[in-house]
Amino acid sequence: MFEAILLTVITASTPLVVAALGELVAERSGVLNLGVEGMMIMGAVFAFAATRYTGSPYIGILAGIAGGALFSLLFGFLTLTLVANQVATGLALTILGLGLSGQIGESFVGQPGIKLQPIVIPLLSEIPFLGKVLFSQDLIFYLSIALIIGIHWFLFRSRAGLKLRAIGDNHGSAHALGIHVIRMRYLAVMFGGACAGLAGAQLSLVYTPQWVENMSAGRGWIALALVVFASWRPWRVLAGGYLFGTVTIGQLHAQAFGIGVPTQLLSALPYAATIVVLIIISHNRRTTLINTPASLGKPFVPDR
Amino acid sequence: MTVSEGPAAVPLLSVRGLTKLFGNFAACDAIELDVAAGEIHALLGENGAGKSTLVKMLFGVLEPTAGQILWNGAPVTIRSPGEARRRGIGMVFQHFSLFEALTVAENIALSLDPKISLSRISDEAASLSKAYGLPLDPKAHVADLSVGERQRIEIVRALLQNPSLIILDEPTSVLTPQEADRLFETLFKLKDEGRSVLYISHRLEEVRRICDRATVLRHGKVRGACDPKKETPASLARMMVGSDVAEVHRDETAKLGDVQIEMDSLSVAARTPFAVSLKNISMKVRAGEILAIAGVAGNGQGELFDALSGEYPVADDNAIRLRGKPVGRLGINGRRLLGAGFVPEERHGHAAVAAMPLSDNLLLARSQSDKRAFLTGGGMSVIRHDAVRSATRRICQAMDVRKSGEDPQAGSLSGGNLQKFIVGRELDRQPAVLVVNQPTWGVDAGAASHIRQALIDLAKAGSAVVVISQDLDEIFEVATSIAVISEGRLSKPHAAGALTLERIGLMMGGIHESHSMPEAADAH
Repeated sequence: MFEAILLTVITASTPLVVAALGELVAERSGVLNLGVEGMMIMGAVFAFAATRYTGSPYIGILAGIAGGALFSLLFGFLTLTLVANQVATGLALTILGLGLSGQIGESFVGQPGIKLQPIVIPLLSEIPFLGKVLFSQDLIFYLSIALIIGIHWFLFRSRAGLKLRAIGDNHGSAHALGIHVIRMRYLAVMFGGACAGLAGAQLSLVYTPQWVENMSAGRGWIALALVVFASWRPWRVLAGGYLFGTVTIGQLHAQAFGIGVPTQLLSALPYAATIVVLIIISHNRRTTLINTPASLGKPFVPDR
Repeated sequence: MTVSEGPAAVPLLSVRGLTKLFGNFAACDAIELDVAAGEIHALLGENGAGKSTLVKMLFGVLEPTAGQILWNGAPVTIRSPGEARRRGIGMVFQHFSLFEALTVAENIALSLDPKISLSRISDEAASLSKAYGLPLDPKAHVADLSVGERQRIEIVRALLQNPSLIILDEPTSVLTPQEADRLFETLFKLKDEGRSVLYISHRLEEVRRICDRATVLRHGKVRGACDPKKETPASLARMMVGSDVAEVHRDETAKLGDVQIEMDSLSVAARTPFAVSLKNISMKVRAGEILAIAGVAGNGQGELFDALSGEYPVADDNAIRLRGKPVGRLGINGRRLLGAGFVPEERHGHAAVAAMPLSDNLLLARSQSDKRAFLTGGGMSVIRHDAVRSATRRICQAMDVRKSGEDPQAGSLSGGNLQKFIVGRELDRQPAVLVVNQPTWGVDAGAASHIRQALIDLAKAGSAVVVISQDLDEIFEVATSIAVISEGRLSKPHAAGALTLERIGLMMGGIHESHSMPEAADAH
C-alpha cells in the first residue's frame, strides 16, 4: 500500500521536477519564460504522435524533447532577437501551445497509447523496500535525477555555468567581458524548452499513456512557482517537486478515503503550499538576493 | 608642445582620427591620441566630453564609426573586449562591471582563460593582491564588499592578464583620499614595470600629481595635449571647459541666527539588508550656516537624507526638529509646509521624472507646499498651468538652465542643466531650511560652480543648509562647518577652516577622533 503511494508520488512529481529544472536554467541566464505550460503540452502531443507512428516510446521521448525545444525557439526569437516583452510573449506561448496541441492531437483523442516501460536495474532493485521503488522506474525518472546532478555541476562547477550565472546577474557587464549574451540565452531557453518537452512526454507516455486535450493541467505553472520556491538552486527543485507531488497525491487519497473536507479545498492545497513557502523564503532577503538572477526578465540590447 | 622620449620611439597606442557617431551626434570627433610605453597618460574632460566613448572603442565595447587604432605601430581592429585583453589592454570601469551574486574568484575567472581552474585563480589573485597592496578575499561575495574593495577586484582582474596598457575610468571618484593614495602607489608600481596607464579623470589635482602627459577632450574633440605638471589647475580647467570657470565666492563673516535644524540622538534600523542603520545621530544647524556632511558613498548618507526629508519618517517625533517644531513623524509635504526644501540625489527617477516636462516636475514637487500659487478651484485642485509655466520660466532664468524649447522633457536636459533645475526648483521658494544630497554629482564644472554659489547665497540670506556630498572640493568650497558620516555614525561638526583634507580623509575611513593620532598616521 505504502509502496504503491510512493510510486504514484514519483510519477506525479517527475514532470514537475523536469520542467522546473529547465526553467531554472533559463531563468539563471536572465530569461523569464512563462510559456512552460505551452511547451510542456507541445512536448506531450509530439511524444504521443511519434510513439503512435513509430511504435517506440523512446522515439516519442526524443520527439517530445524536440517539440518543446522547437517551440521555445519561437519564444527565443521573439524575446531575444526582436526584444519583445518576455512576460507577454511567455503568456502568448502558453495560450498558443494549448490551442495548437489541441489542433494537432484532435485525431488522437480516445486512441490507445503505448506506455513507457520501467527499466529494472539488477541488484539495486533488489534492495528491500526502496530498491524496488527507486530502481525499477522508467527512463524519464532516471533522467530527472541525472539532470539535477548535471545542472548542479554545470552551474556551480563548470566555466560555462559561471558565464550563464554571470549573464543572469548582470548582462551588461557580461557583454563587456566578451560573453555572448544572446547566444547563451538562446541555448538556455532551448534547454528549458527541451526539459518542458520531456516533462510533457512523461505525461503522455507514463502518467496517463494517452492524449487528452489540456492534459498538462496547470503543471507548467507549478513548475514556474517551483523555480522561485527552490530559490534557483537545483537540489531544492527536487525537494519542492516532491513536496508538490506528495500534496497532490495525498489530496487524491484523502478524497478517496472520503475525509470530510471539500474537494475543491484539497485541490487548492498545492497552490496554497506554494504561497506559504514563498512567504517563508522571502523572509531571508540576503540569500534570496544572492541567488535571484538580477537581470531576470530584463531585455538586453547591446549598445554597439 | 610635448617632449616625448625621443622621436624614434613608437608609441604603444596611437589613435588616428577616431570617430563615433550616435545618429547625427559625434560623441567622439576625429580623436588623436598617443600613449607611450611606461607612461601614465591622463584623459581629461568634463562629463559628456567623450572620454568614456573613446575608451569603450579602445576596449572593443563600441565599434568606431571611422578612424584607426595603432597598437605598437600596427593598425588593429578591436572587435570585442576579449580581443582587447588578448592584445594586452586591461580596463577598470567607472561603474564596476562586477557580478554581485558571484564571489571574487568567480568574477575574476570570467575574464580569464577558461582552462585555468578556479582554485589556481584564487591563489594567483591572492598573491597578486598582496604584491600590489590590494588586500582581497577570493571567496567573499561581491555584494558584501565596499566600493573600494570592488575596485580592487577590477584592478586585480585586469592585472592577472599581464596587460601592457591599463585603462582606468574615473577610479578615484569612489575612494577616500587615503584609498586613492594607495591606488596611486599601485599605479606607480605598474609604471615602473614598464606598463602604460590611461587615466581618465576630471580631477585636476590628482592628474597633476600622477600623470606624465594629458590629453584634453571637450565636446568630443581633442582640445590639446600638455604636461600636467607644468600647468596650473586653472589653466587645465580652462582647457577642459573652454572658458574660465566662475570662482565660488563666500562671505567669511556670515552672521548665524537661531537653530533651524535639530536632530537629537536619532537611530534608525536598516530597512533592507544592504542599507546602513543610523546610529545615535545629533546635529544642530543655525540660520546662515552650511553644514556639509562628508563621507564615502554607502555610509548612511541616503538614509540620513530620508530621515531629514521625511521620505521615511522616524518613530520618535522629537528626534528631528525643523524651525523648533518636532517633525519626526511628519511626511515630506508636512515638512515642506514648515518652510523646508529637499533635493534628493539621482536626478533621473528620484528627483525628477525623466519622461515628464519640467513644468510637471515642478508641480509634482510643490503642489502641496505652493497650493495657493499653483492650484485653484478649492477641493477640486485644478492645475493653473499658466502659473506653473511662469514659475518654470523663472527658475530656468535664475539658474541659467539651458534647454531646447519652452518646456522640454526633464530627460532631454543634460545632467548639469537638469541638476540646476531641480536645485532651482527648491531655491525658488526661498526655503528657510534646505537639505541637498550630492548637489553636483556628475555635473560639469560650470553648472557645479553655479549651484554651489546659489547654496552659499541662500545661506547668506538667512537659511540653514545641509549639504551631503562625497566631493571634498565642493565641501571646502561651500561649508561653514563640516561633519563626517561613517558607518551610520555622524562625527561632531568642525569649523570648515579648522579641518584639513587629510583629517577628513581619516575620519571618512572610519577612524574617529577618539583614536590616538599615531595610529591614524599609520593608516595610509
